[in-house]
Amino acid sequence: MHNVVSRDEIAPSVVRMVVEAPAVASKRLPGQFVVVRPLEVSERIPLTIVDSEPASGTITLIVQVVGATTRELTSIQPGENILDVVGPLGRPTHIEKFGRVVSIGGGVGTAVAFPIAKGMKEAGNEVWGVIGGRSRDFVILEDEMRSLCDRLVVTTDDGSYGVKGFVTDALRRLIEETSGAIDLVLAVGPLPMMKAVSALTREHGIHTVVSLNPIMVDGTGMCGGCRVEVGGEIKFACVDGPEFDAHLVDFDNLAKRLRAYHDMEQQADHQCKIGLATRNKQ
Amino acid sequence: MAKQERFKRTPMPERAPEERRNDFMEVPLGYSTELAVAEASRCLQCKNSPCVAGCPVEIDIPGFIKLIRDGDPVAAARHIKLTNTLPAICGRVCPQETQCEAVCVLAKKGAPIAIGNLERFAASMEAAAGVETPPAAEPNGHKVAVVGSGPAGLTCAGELARRGYDVTIYEAFHVPGGVLVYGIPEFRLPKDEVVAAEVDFLRKLGVRFVLNTVIGRTVTIDELFDRGVEAVFVGSGAGAPMFLDIPGENAIGVYSANEYLTRTNLMKAYRFPKFRTPIARGKRVAVIGGGNVAMDSARTALRLGADTVLLLYRRSEKELPARLAEIHHAREEGVEFHLLVSPTRILEDAEGRVTAIECQKMELGEPDDSGRRRPVPIDGAFETFDVDLIVVAIGNRPNPLIPQTTDGLKISRWGTIEVDDKFRTSRQGIFAGGDIVTGAATVIEAMGAGRTAARSIDEYVNDPEHLWK
Ligand SMILES: Cc1cc2nc3c(=O)[nH]c(=O)nc-3n(C[C@H](O)[C@H](O)[C@H](O)COP(=O)(O)OP(=O)(O)OC[C@H]3O[C@@H](n4cnc5c(N)ncnc54)[C@H](O)[C@@H]3O)c2cc1C
Ligand SMILES: Cc1cc2nc3c(=O)[nH]c(=O)nc-3n(C[C@H](O)[C@H](O)[C@H](O)COP(=O)(O)OP(=O)(O)OC[C@H]3O[C@@H](n4cnc5c(N)ncnc54)[C@H](O)[C@@H]3O)c2cc1C
Ligand code: SF4
Ligand code: SF4
Ligand code: FES
Repeated sequence: MHNVVSRDEIAPSVVRMVVEAPAVASKRLPGQFVVVRPLEVSERIPLTIVDSEPASGTITLIVQVVGATTRELTSIQPGENILDVVGPLGRPTHIEKFGRVVSIGGGVGTAVAFPIAKGMKEAGNEVWGVIGGRSRDFVILEDEMRSLCDRLVVTTDDGSYGVKGFVTDALRRLIEETSGAIDLVLAVGPLPMMKAVSALTREHGIHTVVSLNPIMVDGTGMCGGCRVEVGGEIKFACVDGPEFDAHLVDFDNLAKRLRAYHDMEQQADHQCKIGLATRNKQ
Repeated sequence: MAKQERFKRTPMPERAPEERRNDFMEVPLGYSTELAVAEASRCLQCKNSPCVAGCPVEIDIPGFIKLIRDGDPVAAARHIKLTNTLPAICGRVCPQETQCEAVCVLAKKGAPIAIGNLERFAASMEAAAGVETPPAAEPNGHKVAVVGSGPAGLTCAGELARRGYDVTIYEAFHVPGGVLVYGIPEFRLPKDEVVAAEVDFLRKLGVRFVLNTVIGRTVTIDELFDRGVEAVFVGSGAGAPMFLDIPGENAIGVYSANEYLTRTNLMKAYRFPKFRTPIARGKRVAVIGGGNVAMDSARTALRLGADTVLLLYRRSEKELPARLAEIHHAREEGVEFHLLVSPTRILEDAEGRVTAIECQKMELGEPDDSGRRRPVPIDGAFETFDVDLIVVAIGNRPNPLIPQTTDGLKISRWGTIEVDDKFRTSRQGIFAGGDIVTGAATVIEAMGAGRTAARSIDEYVNDPEHLWK
């Protein structure tokens, strides 16, 4: 059982939760995730560890409510418990001094991009951030990113805040401005965004890493449900990733596999809304 | 007893195929006392008892059968437990026809004693009477860690706890039991009644379970030593699924058996949407493989509502590696066996969903290393099956996580951990057994390994210098 220390909604349907998980907190490195099973009936779902505080034994999760299990998780209140938290899982981000790193977060992807950017900064890189959202309300972690990035561009699709446009538009301008003098691009967000970033940086020969989000079950390499095609080979994102060389990833295959349960998920979420269930009391 | 009766095996009562293929409840119902005594009475109580040598853990088979015959099944269960702590499980899942029952003298007459059925009977009679917890052993102050709660880990932990060790089992999943909970389905091995009961028994012996903990990630083996553990037993199993490596394998509706069975058994997807984990419910399902895992997947597909389940296997009937009982049950329930076919391509529709599987037809050639005749392709002969779901059950490899995160462990080229006859690895204080050492094998072999390793650990802890030179 993992006590929820705090819970706040940082954007519409996006909830930040600080959770007690001392073993995970003392071990985790940037890029790693946990598998969470909020209630007895829930799925096991992967979530990035956004931050950790080994001293207090807590980790921070940022969860976008998209279906039954994320709804169940975010309905757990401070003082109540999450049933299972397993981790840290996945390979940590490969961090070294690359030079100039552009870290891109689209929507809730910023929650995944932030810890990686932080690790890159601590390793002495010059870190530029590009974060975006549909509109002002959907931009998350702006203060956190601003405090660590040497430069930050915020975009919104509708122009309600920052620069109007997609994160890819902002990236294109940065590439032009620097004549391509960017050593590494990290991109995390919706699949179409990562695919677009990857196409753009390929043109300019800029090494690019993406963090993939296939459907997972165990998170330890035993089910193969998270398999993705990278460089023509099958990789298990939970143990070989979740970060991969963007220019080798088959994004269309991943998009296809993410649709596998579309209809069933709606049914489960409906059930979940009716019966918002039995929480884990202490 | 009349000769005729001597040569007739007492059949196990079972639920009718039409009924059972619609639910997840257990298929064989177990012997009544009357049936068990009748079967036990057939045993010749052979002096040299060849059956004992056929059992990997050498249970005193005539001994426990005599106790059943004489009307004391609870004593029979206790007698079995001197060598096998999990009779309720082994009675149900051991491949008896290649082990104890294969060498029973009555096998020559075609009807060996139903040793597995009797073992199961003894265990359930003991459970009904209330299993007595042995008096707690005097703590000896030594700490041992066990990685993995499959049959190897459970047996090793139980054996050590009885000797007074302070034992903790670390398990990656949220339920202990290994393949017994996430792999083998409920209709073959009831989870609450059998597996959870065994786990409870170990708890009563003082074994601690730390769940949701991935050794190598949450904690490494070296950190366990730093915390004062004196020896570690690795029983992490062979949990990494193999795929066919053919075009179309990443289509929607292609599962590894591990994923298919884990979703169903561990995550209870068959009770969706009350349990939120979804599973695709195919109408025409192809299962690739011929072992227990394939049979379990095929029979699970029926229970999840498939109209047709095809089992595609690349050798012939004779080479099917599954237990006979499972092959028989699968047939009775309507699984269609297509033998001597090997998948070459998976076809999908515009949305990426599986529509068919194309197979190369095979014939049997010369025997291979395993002594089985090797399947060879028949030139130009293909067959395509229309299906909407595919489960790949062609085998599992050891998970590389522990080898990757533990320095100095000698690993074979198959990824298994190398051990000697005392189950010692190449690192002092680390022992290993079960599927992580043998590759995918059997429950009883994993248990045997766990038990012998526990003895070596006991020897080692009492004299560390002596056992590791
Ligand atoms: C390594 C990793 C890290 C992740 N980190 C985060 C994170 O920090 N914050 C966060 O909010 N989410 C994260 N995700 C995604 C998160 O796991 C899914 O949103 C979650 O599993 C959905 O569960 P659900 O039952 O609520 O929704 P479901 O009912 O399962 O799905 C609802 C909708 O979400 C889509 N979906 C399902 N699974 C995923 C998935 N894995 N990724 C994206 N969409 C999915 C479905 O196609 C469907 O449209 C991460 C995923 C991975 C693999
Ligand atoms: C579907 C299926 C059907 C089968 N049917 C039969 C049958 O009928 N009869 C038979 O005799 N055998 C059968 N087998 C084989 C048998 O189940 C295995 O040989 C046996 O379970 C091996 O036991 P084990 O203890 O070595 O490993 P497992 O049972 O695999 O247990 C290993 C455990 O270790 C855990 N683990 C792994 N890595 C870590 C880690 N890093 N940290 C913490 N925990 C970890 C796993 O989660 C798992 O719980 C079947 C197998 C399958 C998959
Ligand atoms: S443990 Fe298995 S092999 Fe041994 S006697 Fe029992 S059923 Fe037979
Ligand atoms: S070989 Fe068969 S008949 Fe003889 S003791 Fe063993 S079980 Fe009984
Ligand atoms: S989630 Fe099961 S192998 Fe990756």
